[in-house]
Amino acid sequence: MTERNRNNGYISGVSGPVVSVKGNPALKMLEMVLVGKNRLIGEVISVEKDKTVVQVYETTSGLKNGEPVVSSGSPLSVTLGPGILGEVFDGIQRPLKKIEELSGSSIQKGLEIKTLDETKKWNTTIKIKDGDTATEGQIIAEVWETPALLHKIMLPPNVSGTFKNVRGNGEYTIVEVIASVETKKEKIIDITMTHKWPVKKPRPFGKRRPVYMPLITGQRVIDMLFPMAKGGTAAIPGGFGTGKTMTQHQLAKWSDADIVVYIGCGERGNEIADVLESFPKLKDPKTGLSLMNRTVLIANTSNMPVAAREASIYTGITIAEYYRDMGYHVALMADSTSRWAEALREISGRLEEMPAEEGYPAYLPSRLSQFYERAGYVQNLNGSEGSISIIGAVSPQSNDFSEPVTQNTKRFTRCFWALDKALAYARHYPAINWTGSYSEYIDELAPWYEENTDRQYGEKRTEILRILQEESRLMEIVKLIGQDVLPDGQKLTLEMAKIIRQGFLQQNAFHENDTFVPVEKQYKMMSIILYLNEKAEKLVATGIPVSVLVDTGVFNELVQMKYNIPNDNLDGFATLERRIDDFYNDLSIEYNDARRRNSQ
Amino acid sequence: MRLEYLDLHEIKGPLVILKDVKGASYEEMVEFTIQGVGKRIGRIIRMTEELCVVQVFEGTADISLENTRTYLTGHTLQLPLSSEILGRIFDGKGSPKDGLGDIYPDMKADINGLPINPVSRKYPKNFIQTGLSSIDGLATLIRGQKLPIFSGSGLPHNDLAVQIVRQAKITDTDNSKFAIVFAAIGVKSDVAEYFTKSFKESGVLEKVVMFLNLADDPVVERITTPRCALTAAEYLAFEKGMHVLVIMTDMISYAEALREISSSMEEIPSRKGFPGYLYSDLASMYERAGIIEGKEGSITQIPILTMPNDDITHPVPDLTAYITEGQLVLDRELTQRGVYPPVSILMSLSRLMKDSIGEGFTREDHPGIANQLFASYARVQEVRALASVIGEDELSDTDKKFMAFGRAFEDRFLKQLRDENRDMKKTLDLGWRLISTLPEAELDRLTPELIAKYYDKSGRGGF
Repeated sequence: MTERNRNNGYISGVSGPVVSVKGNPALKMLEMVLVGKNRLIGEVISVEKDKTVVQVYETTSGLKNGEPVVSSGSPLSVTLGPGILGEVFDGIQRPLKKIEELSGSSIQKGLEIKTLDETKKWNTTIKIKDGDTATEGQIIAEVWETPALLHKIMLPPNVSGTFKNVRGNGEYTIVEVIASVETKKEKIIDITMTHKWPVKKPRPFGKRRPVYMPLITGQRVIDMLFPMAKGGTAAIPGGFGTGKTMTQHQLAKWSDADIVVYIGCGERGNEIADVLESFPKLKDPKTGLSLMNRTVLIANTSNMPVAAREASIYTGITIAEYYRDMGYHVALMADSTSRWAEALREISGRLEEMPAEEGYPAYLPSRLSQFYERAGYVQNLNGSEGSISIIGAVSPQSNDFSEPVTQNTKRFTRCFWALDKALAYARHYPAINWTGSYSEYIDELAPWYEENTDRQYGEKRTEILRILQEESRLMEIVKLIGQDVLPDGQKLTLEMAKIIRQGFLQQNAFHENDTFVPVEKQYKMMSIILYLNEKAEKLVATGIPVSVLVDTGVFNELVQMKYNIPNDNLDGFATLERRIDDFYNDLSIEYNDARRRNSQ
Repeated sequence: MRLEYLDLHEIKGPLVILKDVKGASYEEMVEFTIQGVGKRIGRIIRMTEELCVVQVFEGTADISLENTRTYLTGHTLQLPLSSEILGRIFDGKGSPKDGLGDIYPDMKADINGLPINPVSRKYPKNFIQTGLSSIDGLATLIRGQKLPIFSGSGLPHNDLAVQIVRQAKITDTDNSKFAIVFAAIGVKSDVAEYFTKSFKESGVLEKVVMFLNLADDPVVERITTPRCALTAAEYLAFEKGMHVLVIMTDMISYAEALREISSSMEEIPSRKGFPGYLYSDLASMYERAGIIEGKEGSITQIPILTMPNDDITHPVPDLTAYITEGQLVLDRELTQRGVYPPVSILMSLSRLMKDSIGEGFTREDHPGIANQLFASYARVQEVRALASVIGEDELSDTDKKFMAFGRAFEDRFLKQLRDENRDMKKTLDLGWRLISTLPEAELDRLTPELIAKYYDKSGRGGF
């Protein structure tokens, strides 16, 4: 029953997703192997003198000692080519819709499935001709992958030479040869529209470029206060129920990236169902086409095999790099990187490795840094420029931000959007805490903001943060003695902070005008709040009580402006500004009169 | 030919270790024949080249290295299933416990199930009216959701679960399409008795399948109890098209059993000694809730956890809440003030309600009023903290209104009788009556249109 030959090993032990293999000393680290009679997919994670350890990406129940383990000769790879967008893949890039066709609503094991559709004909425009020099990563053809995206077929990064046998424009499948390349060593390599790439090896690029453009998300607290750069990294830590997934979904929906790779790593199945139901109905603000046209989903829900959870992050980032190489801006959301770290811990425990902090393996920080370093704004091999922005959710155990995954993530990311339990309890979304969050990109992005909003952007941002900072200081006092005893100047600060919190920071994901807000409107909202502050400060300085100012209703109008001023018509701000001027003039005249009467 | 192995290699707590067993497969069931005692079954949980680690159901008492013969059954633990399981009582490994004989199965299913393909899921959108304002209004239960109750010892979580079962309008039309699966995991026999009695009183007993592993039953079976229950639920939901409500209590006992076995296996522990795979293990059960596209039935789960020392940061509630679609947290202080159900609404959450309430589902004002109640009650907490320092008399007029609102909210909205069944309209109207006691300027979560339609400006609102 057991087949044993030179290339095959056999199973010599099973513990959860970890399988020991004996009998084949030629297995390489990180090589993909097929385990057991059902040919489950696995990856070599440790090689010892007489034993190899494999992590298996499918459920191992039913495996027997002595069953064969077949070597594939190559590392775990993803298949890159047209047909990726709009798909839902599992952690090792098997298309879940195809799995459904084969095995129904539950995922059977040992299914052999082609990652991309090899029968579909793509209308291809060829960009090269016979005799052209072929360089690594060169764009050789173009295909409209979805109505929203022109997929650029590239030479694999390790191929160069001279083109031969180039075919004309036409309809090709991804496995048909469209050209050949004769290398310098006079070897002929056939080129199709697809190639494979090992997931754990970053795809090469020309050179890194400094970041300068923000990733616009349409969320005010991010775009105005803690902006993220295209090519940057951000972390969203938050305990359960603080809205990590909601925030990630909002970013996946409204970010102005060309491509969104969304990795549901160890999260809920219903969340994937939610994305699949809601995304096709939503329109990309940039192209006006369905969001699914630019989205790739990688889903390893929490009940799917844990080893594939570890792989899902790498699968996602490799796909992101592929689109970056075409010259696109890619945003990658990983929800949640803590589940990925726990998968590492689980497998490390099964290998009986020496644990470091809280049972996590000692290589946790290096794995995290390797992942986040794959983000960046780069010049590609073919000269185009593209970027990958990584936004990783972190689920700190017991909501404790000092735990290893949060702390290490903080070291390798430059935006930190801390979600706050108290804000979530009060249903203030996005629950991004303004005192604990930061963005290190603010200086790099300042020129862009000054050009696209106003020269005063930096000052206004600082002023908003100052008011909020002042509020939290005053609240310490208010907690002890109440608000009534504060002087009017400080009361005004509290009222202004309230407008900022309720009218500006808090955003309603279910309101059509508020779920996504263009930068121009965001900036005008920020400006008008500060305009009111300036006028109100003058009034208070003349001795008018804050309660009188509040009673005019102007403050409340500012809170409601997010709903009342539509995104496509910003005339309402001019009206508001006149309203504030009237408010200022009326009150100062009234009080001046009153004062004059009193002094007479 | 039936091949049996003589003798064991080692016995360690609930585990038995076999040596040189040929052809064993991972997670396979084995049968032990113990001289003069009888038969027991076990499951292979780890294999090395020479050794097989087997966890023995019903415990390892009376087993010696020499009095036991082992037989490999060749399959994983399977549950026999047919419509006859309704109204029956089973033990933690799926054997009948009520003396009514074996089930004649239509089919058998592996109790571990297979992961549901996320693309086959249908996103749950139908709300279940429980008749409890705190749940319906603020943490709406959705058919196909997994919504645990986080409680503590001495809090009325069982009463709450029973009231939900009794009042839940889980079916739109046909009552015969409704079933309850109840899994008792390491609970006291009087808890199981209380549930049985309540099911009987509300006349649903013939719609209930029970899997009982009581506090004095074998620990190893706590691992299989919820899995058997969920396998039965999947059969009823996806083969028989029924809407199934699964109640599992107490998930802490489950996790402790897992820890016990893990430590017998000398695994590397992570938090509080629980194994590193606790998250994946819990998820493999919770994720079995849901609705599948193209199939009629649904599985809604209400797991119950009694948090040790009321500590919500304990690994089990912590990991549970990361997997489930929200949580209902019970509060000791509210209980002591006589508020039943003592749902701590600020900590409670239903993740699925956002897409299942409002226009076309409940009423157009539901999202707004729910948000406003949350926000205002959160403000009440701040005002109360302030009042405890400076005294209630020193509060501003607005803050005094919040104090009054807080009291009314707890006494009128949260508090209900154990048989009081409020419909959705009543719950929402009650919410508006409460909100109308607050000044209009404090309503920051409501759109002007909703305020115009529902807010009672006369100032006569309230109680």
